[in-house]
Amino acid sequence: MPLRKDIKKVMVIGSGPIIIGQAAEFDYAGTQACRSLREEGLEVVLINSNPATIMTDTNMADRVYIEPLTLEFVSRVIRQEKPDGLLPTLGGQVGLNLALQLAQSGVLEEEGVVLLGTPLEAIKRAEDREAFKEMMQSIDEPIPESVIVSTLEDAEAFAAEIGLPLIVRPAYTLGGTGGGIAYSMEDFRTTVIRGLKHSIINQALIEQCVVGWKEIEYEVMRDGANNCITVCNMENIDPMGIHTGDSIVVAPSQTLSDKEYQLLRTASLKIIRALGIEGGCNVQFALDPNSFHYYVIEVNPRVSRSSALASKATGYPIAKVAAKIAMGLTLDEIENTVTGKTYACFEPALDYVVLKYPRWPFDKFAQGDRVLGTQMKATGEVMAINRTFEGALLKAVRSLEIGIDHLFLPGAEELSREKLEERLRRADDERLFLVAEALRRGITCERLHEITKIDLFFLNKIRNILLLEEKIHSAVEKEDIIPELIDKAKKMGFSDTYLSKLTGMSAVEVRSYRMENGIIPTFKMVDTCAAEFEAVTPYYYSTYDQEDEVKPTSRRKVMVLGSGPIRIGQGIEFDYCSVHSVWALREEGFEAIIVNNNPETVSTDFDTADRLYFEPLVAENVLNILDRERPEGVIVQFGGQTAINLAKPLEEAGIKILGTSVEDIDRAEDRERFDRLLIELGIPKPPGRTAFSVEEAVKIASEIDFPVVVRPSYVLGGRAMEIVYNNDELLNYMATAVKVTPEYPVLVDKYLFGNELEVDAISDGADILIPGIMEHIERAGVHSGDSIAVYPPQSLSRETKELVVEYTLRLARALNVKGLINIQYVLHEDRIYVLEVNPRSSRTVPYLSKITGIPMVNLATKLVMGKTLKELGYSSGLYPESNFIGVKAPVFSFAKLLQVDISLGPEMKSTGEVMGVDKDFKVALYKAMVAAGYMFTKTGTVLATIADRDKKEAMPIIKGLAELGYKIFATSGTAAALKEAGLEVEAVKKVHEGSSHIVDLIRANKINLVINTLTRGKAPERDGFQIRRAAVEYGVPCLTSLDTIRAIVNVLAENREKEDYNLIPLQEYLG
Amino acid sequence: MQAILALEDGAVFTGEAFGAKGENWGEVVFNTGMTGYQEVLTDPSYCGQIVVMTYPLIGNYGIMKEDFESKKSYVRGFVVREECRQPSNWRLSETIDSFLKKENVIGLAGIDTRSLTRRLRSHGTMRGVLGTGNTDSRVLVERAKNCPQLTGQELVPIVATTEIYTLPGTGYRVVLMDFGAKLNIIRCLQERNCEVVVVPPTTTAGEILSLNPQGIVLSNGPGDPTDVPYAIKTLQELIGKKPVLGICLGHQILGLALGARTYKLKFGHRGANHPVKDLVTGRVYISSHNHGFSVDEESMKGLDIYVSHRNLNDGTVEGIKHKFLPVFSVQYHPEASPGPMDSEYIFDEFLEKMAGEGR
Ligand SMILES: Nc1ncnc2c1ncn2[C@@H]1O[C@H](COP(=O)(O)OP(=O)(O)O)[C@@H](O)[C@H]1O
Ligand SMILES: Nc1ncnc2c1ncn2[C@@H]1O[C@H](COP(=O)(O)OP(=O)(O)O)[C@@H](O)[C@H]1O
Ligand SMILES: [Mg+2]
Ligand SMILES: [Mg+2]
Repeated sequence: MPLRKDIKKVMVIGSGPIIIGQAAEFDYAGTQACRSLREEGLEVVLINSNPATIMTDTNMADRVYIEPLTLEFVSRVIRQEKPDGLLPTLGGQVGLNLALQLAQSGVLEEEGVVLLGTPLEAIKRAEDREAFKEMMQSIDEPIPESVIVSTLEDAEAFAAEIGLPLIVRPAYTLGGTGGGIAYSMEDFRTTVIRGLKHSIINQALIEQCVVGWKEIEYEVMRDGANNCITVCNMENIDPMGIHTGDSIVVAPSQTLSDKEYQLLRTASLKIIRALGIEGGCNVQFALDPNSFHYYVIEVNPRVSRSSALASKATGYPIAKVAAKIAMGLTLDEIENTVTGKTYACFEPALDYVVLKYPRWPFDKFAQGDRVLGTQMKATGEVMAINRTFEGALLKAVRSLEIGIDHLFLPGAEELSREKLEERLRRADDERLFLVAEALRRGITCERLHEITKIDLFFLNKIRNILLLEEKIHSAVEKEDIIPELIDKAKKMGFSDTYLSKLTGMSAVEVRSYRMENGIIPTFKMVDTCAAEFEAVTPYYYSTYDQEDEVKPTSRRKVMVLGSGPIRIGQGIEFDYCSVHSVWALREEGFEAIIVNNNPETVSTDFDTADRLYFEPLVAENVLNILDRERPEGVIVQFGGQTAINLAKPLEEAGIKILGTSVEDIDRAEDRERFDRLLIELGIPKPPGRTAFSVEEAVKIASEIDFPVVVRPSYVLGGRAMEIVYNNDELLNYMATAVKVTPEYPVLVDKYLFGNELEVDAISDGADILIPGIMEHIERAGVHSGDSIAVYPPQSLSRETKELVVEYTLRLARALNVKGLINIQYVLHEDRIYVLEVNPRSSRTVPYLSKITGIPMVNLATKLVMGKTLKELGYSSGLYPESNFIGVKAPVFSFAKLLQVDISLGPEMKSTGEVMGVDKDFKVALYKAMVAAGYMFTKTGTVLATIADRDKKEAMPIIKGLAELGYKIFATSGTAAALKEAGLEVEAVKKVHEGSSHIVDLIRANKINLVINTLTRGKAPERDGFQIRRAAVEYGVPCLTSLDTIRAIVNVLAENREKEDYNLIPLQEYLG
Repeated sequence: MQAILALEDGAVFTGEAFGAKGENWGEVVFNTGMTGYQEVLTDPSYCGQIVVMTYPLIGNYGIMKEDFESKKSYVRGFVVREECRQPSNWRLSETIDSFLKKENVIGLAGIDTRSLTRRLRSHGTMRGVLGTGNTDSRVLVERAKNCPQLTGQELVPIVATTEIYTLPGTGYRVVLMDFGAKLNIIRCLQERNCEVVVVPPTTTAGEILSLNPQGIVLSNGPGDPTDVPYAIKTLQELIGKKPVLGICLGHQILGLALGARTYKLKFGHRGANHPVKDLVTGRVYISSHNHGFSVDEESMKGLDIYVSHRNLNDGTVEGIKHKFLPVFSVQYHPEASPGPMDSEYIFDEFLEKMAGEGR
């Protein structure tokens, strides 16, 4: 079937902010789709609220709208743009749900917009649990016993009939939000209530539980002519019961015989045909490990995290092909870009093992509940490729950047046998390391299989690693380390660093020992066809084998280091930067080589760079590639802290670091050196020093006076950072949060109350361009990443701006910055203090690039390569402010992270961001808030519990809410204060005052907005904590910063009636 | 223990021995299937060949009798990147190592199978010698150079049945000319209630007709179709008398019987992921392949046959149909096993043809 002729203009819906369960994979999918649609000569209109994405770049779509992904806004864009078609299956669950709402609301019909690709009916059939159940029964595909309930009563009835354990899964949710497995009647009830609350159609599926069965996924494609293929299948190493997003996954399946493989493959094709999907879909199965019996668990009628993984694992561009199918092409008409000869209508053959390992945020959330279940908790993931399973696994572990280079978890040896088995049974983020620990202790694979249900095949593989470890140990004792042994270790993926631990040699010595004995990695190509056809993909992985396939060119080339897995504090923004750096290099005629290990991203799309190396971002692997490619140098400033941290080791190995020098990077990052620099430059910083003991910390605090900000020294960045108000809190922090030692000192700084300002600048060494200054809505003390940022600043005096510019220029010059630099300031009592300097690209670069129209990374890259700002047509200093206002608001994933305190503080907690744009500040802010999901009703009940020290400040704000017509509930103390201020308020009981207390009210859905400011201490059992958690779990907006609330009150006051904001595409911001 | 694979072009691959010990020669071919190694090992069509698996981890789920495609393994050698010593699957009865020992098949593990595959891809399939122990690789290379070509070897008689036997069924009676049939062809016919009479390749047309079958199926098998001239002759006498379905070698034999020519492919098709387009319906099916020869499209000019299926990857002929008679054949494996079951419709078509004749 040729391209359909009736469609000229297509609208694509993005997936919005990054949240757990919906990460960068949709930027990758969306970008591919937009590209391939334009390849076919179509005009593309894109809407997405997330500025930190490649897909929202002006060169990705003809008209890019950065607007909230709500029915209201999307409808208005449709009315404005009048596209012929809408492609909804590339924006994840968000895009899909929106498409459904759009269809129901009738806009599509009114505007004559046809839904492209998978028809609405198919989406409904797959998404609506009831419809899906019926469909499966009609084609007699087995699904677990289940009922759809909308009330607790029905749920209980079913439980009585089937018995526990049961699994509760809300309809239309991401990552299983609100769902879970219930083993006791009591947690069954709470899970059901939560589940119903989270489902947008107030429906939940109660289902028979097949925990422990194999969990297998198939990625399937179907075109309009009913041709079907499976791109690949994947086996979860963690069996049923742990969300695929939280499971360690291997592709292709390892323990299925051809009979089982084909059984499920055939079922997948049957299902995609029955549903009538046109494009890609993902089918999840539970397979009985002891029979051919299986269940269909779910179908995602769209591209997904798994399809991104499958694309990177096989080289098959699912999203690209799906988009072409949506435009009417059939699989046998679409070229296989990998071979250039064959077509998209084939099934990739792998000749390597791919392993996906989730990246969890528990390094940030010490208090968080780490237990894994049916609700996804990972923020990101890494992928590793190798010719052995062990090798892929160990590569993946190294890619995680959790300070571990092997299946060895320091401290695990201290666990008691009971505790160990307990944690193995309950499965948390460290389970695989505990499996290794158990094997080290001589617990048998059989026993571990009983406990974990992990297949013996995988357990034995892990055992192989430990057996080799022992071999090496004894070899070391006998002092006969032989090359054969080291070679074996490298084939199994042992890192040089771990071998150095085992052998007592230094990592460098291990490396040279390998070189001397010719134990060097080879690089092989990912070619979709197991070498059957000659391929042209420049997509490589390292492995210790015989033949190397890489043929380095003689062109001028540069390596760009990516940013690894998405985690809190280092998100998609840095992939955005890496990609733009690569593009800039190619513009300049360089061959761009990218190294990264995150399968979700655009940077690891094999046609982004000239060459893609899918490898751990650790010195050893990067050096191996450098040995092979010998580029002119390496750019480290766009890959976040991951890449920056590699600068030193690479330089020590004799590699040229391009851009700001390693020496200067260190001057910015080393606390002592940085302090000296500031003194030289006469730039103030908050008073404070480094404490090497508790006593010293107390002493410093008393000198500079409370409140103080305390945190471990810079290696750990903003982790475990707190503001403490008195000695008790300080001592408590020292006792619980960090272990202060001479080698791990603690930084103690005066907490300065005031506006936080942030600046990104681009320097060629002489001239320095400052695209703009950003002002935070929340005061310093709320992490810059969690604050609402405003560009251009609304409240700064000219003098202040000039001073900020002056300091920025001074710092950039003093640090000899070549490329990007990011600086955070606090404006305290009309003085400006520097909080920190990041000698690299930052979180705000994509946002600032978009709102100012300055291609910041592109410029920075060219400066790094020797061009000057003048040559590129820019002058030094602050760039004229745009007449558009861009507001960046953080988005959190607290619903997925049980036991995590949501109150804002100096530690970053958000997972993503959105942007609101308008000529009017309030409107821009409103858009940002809506996009970020603060969509509480315009009338209703506000529940306020305010800490004493905030009461005074809070009064006018709450008054404002009352004046807007909100009913005010408050806890005794707050209520009293409010009454005094002459407000009508209803006092409610605190939790410990017995029911029906605040949390009961929240559960009973009587509250529309919770305002809660933090009282001392972090203990989870405290009221404040419980209120905040209850709010999150029952989907009630909860705000913990008075600044945020003040802003919202202003917005609401302003925007009550006025609703006709104009929607302007990115392309016209500067026009 | 060490094992060596030596190729006729002088290339030598040294790795670990598993399975049987000793030395053997054959045509070295690669298979890209990621599952189904036991079906490959027991597919008689591999008789005379040393098989290289491109997927690096082989033996993961062990060996289970019920997945065999014939009573024994006819491969001359088995080459993998890594052989699994601790397989895991609820049905497994033994490891691949112990199976190969019993079947007296030499295994070679621990070599760069991708490198070997790339070599075979660019040089085409080559003769090779696989030897275990401390053998001199130069000697092995010499032997590889001098061992017989695949063509000219009498392979079909080694694998085919020597006497007629019948598998009961309530439906059509089908004669299966056995050139080394995979059991799943028989299963597919039985699932369609056919009574299957399996006959040796040398069975004459008269004998076959005297069994008065409603249809005749020509099975898959090893080697060069021109090495079974007697079957070609037999078939020429049968065409027009009964509906005929040819599979793989059977397809090539049919082609030759109808006056077309066959030729040897550079490195053949062996895998479970080949897209084949049914030119009649326009539908594409992912299919299971194992063939080193192909029917030459040029040679079909002016004959009463046309190309019914084509490979999307390299355009080779994957199926032919007779313009007037209920006679057709496919180059790939509609019986799957290993591989996708998408093409079983071919058997249904064959049953329709028989039904059509009935009327
Ligand atoms: N019936 C069940 N028994 C046991 N575990 C299940 C069952 N259904 C789902 N799960 C587990 O819950 C996870 C999430 O379920 P799924 O339907 O895939 O929700 P989501 O839409 O979040 O992907 C699955 O990956 C699986 O591990
Ligand atoms: N002395 C201080 N006074 C007030 N707020 C501070 C101070 N130091 C840090 N903060 C707050 O903590 C946040 C994180 O501190 P920062 O040094 O930027 O760590 P990170 O490396 O995590 O960005 C800042 O964004 C700011 O809001
Ligand atoms: Mg799922
Ligand atoms: Mg900061």
